[in-house]
Amino acid sequence: MSDATTIDPEVADPNVLADLPWVVLVWNDPINLMSYVAWVFQKLFGYSKDEAERLMLQVHEEGRAVVSSGSKEKAELDVARLHEHGLWATMQHDK
Amino acid sequence: MIFRRLTFARTSSGTISVRLSERDQNLLTMLIGELRELLVSNVSADGDLPDAIRRLFPTAHPDDADAEADYRSMMRDQLLAQRLEALERVENSIEDDEIDDELADAWMGVINDMRLTIGTILDVTEDDEPAFDPEAPDAAIRFTYSNLNLLLGDLVEARMDGWTSPGDQAGNQ
Repeated sequence: MSDATTIDPEVADPNVLADLPWVVLVWNDPINLMSYVAWVFQKLFGYSKDEAERLMLQVHEEGRAVVSSGSKEKAELDVARLHEHGLWATMQHDK
Repeated sequence: MIFRRLTFARTSSGTISVRLSERDQNLLTMLIGELRELLVSNVSADGDLPDAIRRLFPTAHPDDADAEADYRSMMRDQLLAQRLEALERVENSIEDDEIDDELADAWMGVINDMRLTIGTILDVTEDDEPAFDPEAPDAAIRFTYSNLNLLLGDLVEARMDGWTSPGDQAGNQ
């Protein structure tokens, strides 16, 4: 744990957070069909069938999965496309 | 009662055939009208949403109210416009016996929006569905929900039949 009187340069530098990539998460919900979710991953992100199914199962079993990452603008666009398709997506810094 | 499974299937010419009974066309048309009414009367960039349609406009930034407000002001109108446009396209093609992939995507979106709305009203959980009870007070809406599940499952299957994602074309992942 860092001493409160010393400045941790990694925390103090506001550019550090700004430079981190954003990740887009899709969360499990009890309504969306598994086949539909896998289809949306393929359509929006071009994933292969196997990769899309792996991500869908990760959402289903672990509660969430990272489906894309990049700049804030890209993440925001990806979240909106997922929302357009009715998936529960959020974005956050990749910490 | 005979349960007729609604079917979509890929045709040899690459389109998707649609076989809906008149009763199911009427049901979908009614649900389109109800969903449109819910959206038009309740959705604005800064307003709270009624529970029934909250799943259609999820939160992008759950831990950052300012970022969420920005996201809403930037995206909500667009998401609403996309949904209303899809409803209109499906309404206008409800009697078609053949649709192309682009129109099929609008159908998928609309059917899924109906499922998300009805499923939220029914408070559907992860647990297995209880046995269908025709005497239950919500039997009609549960029947509709199950019917929409079958419809969407069929449509996803038909849409993917003969379609290759870029990831598979590239032979990677």
